[in-house]
Amino acid sequence: MKFLLNYILQLADNALIHGHRLSEWCGHGPVLEQDIALTNTALDHIGQARSLYQYAADIYNQLDSAERESLFTSAALLQFRDQATEDAMAYLRDSWDFKNALLLELPNKDWAYTIAKCFLYDNFTVLLYSALSGSADATIAAVAKKSLKEASYHRKWSNEWVIRLGDGTPESHERMQQALDDYWTYTGDLFKLSEADRKMLEQHIGTDVSALYDQWHSDIAAILNTATLILPANEWRQEGGKDGRHTESLGYILAEMQYLQRTYPNAQW
Amino acid sequence: MENEWPLWEVFIRSKTGLDHKHVGSLHAADAAMAIENARDVYTRRMEGVSIWVVESRYIHASNPDDAEALYDPANDKVYRHPTFYDLPDELKHM
Repeated sequence: MKFLLNYILQLADNALIHGHRLSEWCGHGPVLEQDIALTNTALDHIGQARSLYQYAADIYNQLDSAERESLFTSAALLQFRDQATEDAMAYLRDSWDFKNALLLELPNKDWAYTIAKCFLYDNFTVLLYSALSGSADATIAAVAKKSLKEASYHRKWSNEWVIRLGDGTPESHERMQQALDDYWTYTGDLFKLSEADRKMLEQHIGTDVSALYDQWHSDIAAILNTATLILPANEWRQEGGKDGRHTESLGYILAEMQYLQRTYPNAQW
Repeated sequence: MENEWPLWEVFIRSKTGLDHKHVGSLHAADAAMAIENARDVYTRRMEGVSIWVVESRYIHASNPDDAEALYDPANDKVYRHPTFYDLPDELKHM
C-alpha cells in the first residue's frame, strides 16, 4: 500500500507541479491564442492530478499512523485529523514530501524555456501513459488511457513549437538552444527508478521508466534535427525528485499554491 | 503591425452536423498552428469534431452593396422551384 501510494504521488505531483507552472502563464501569454492553449494544457494536467490525488487520498485513509509517519514528515498532513481528500494530499505536504520530477518545478522564464520543459516532458508522458494504459491497477490504467489522449496533443503542440523556434530566426534559434542546454541536465530523474517504481513494476502496476529512455531520446533527437537544434551532449544529470530532494524553486511554488488552503483550512467559495 | 501573424477564419463541424460553420477567427503563424489554435479556442466545450481553417485573405465575399442586384431577381421566379410535379401518393420521401 505504501509503495502504491508513493507511486501514485510520483505521477500526481508531476501533473500538479507542471500544471501549476503552466498556469503561471495565464494572462501573460505572448499572443492570445497561445495563452488559451497553455492554460488549457495546464487544466489538462491539473485534471490528471485530481484523479490521481483522489485515489491517493483513498489509500492514505487506509494507512495507520505508523505507516503514515514512515512515509511523510510534513506536520500539516500528519496533524490533519479528518478523512484525507485530494486537497489534503495536494496542499498539506511540504516540499520534501513531494515526488515530482525536477524538470517540472523549474522556472518558466520565457517562452523558449517553457517550451523546452513541455517538449522534454510531453515526449516522456506519451510513452509513460502508453505503458501505464496496461497497468494491473484499474484506476491507474483508466487515468493513463485518458491522459494519453491529452498527452498526444501536448506532444504535437510542443514538438511543433520547438521546430518553429529552432528553425526560425537567428534569435529564436539561439534562445531555444540555450533553453534546451540549460534544462537538459534536469531530465535525468524522469527515468530513475525509485523503490516505489520497482515494487510497482513487480506487481505489473508500474512500468520500467528507465526502459523508456532510448525511445524518448530518439523521439526528441528527430524533432531537434528538424528544428536544426543540437541535442545536448551532457550526460551528467541532476536527480532526487522522487526522493523529495528538490531545487529551491519548489519551495516558492508550494508557498504560493498552498498558502490559501493552509491559512484558511477547508475554505470554499 | 507588419509583424502580425496572418489571420485565419475557422469553421467547425459539430458531432451531429453535416456542414462546417464559421465560428470566428484567430491569428496563427502557419496552418498547423491555426488548426491547433482553433482546437484550443473553439472546441473547448466539445463544440465540434472537425476543423477547417482558411487564411482570411483567401476568402472572397460578395459586396453587401450589390445585394439588390445579386439576390432580388430570384425572388419572383417561381418556375425555378421544383414544386409543379404531381407526385403519386406511394412516393413517401420526395
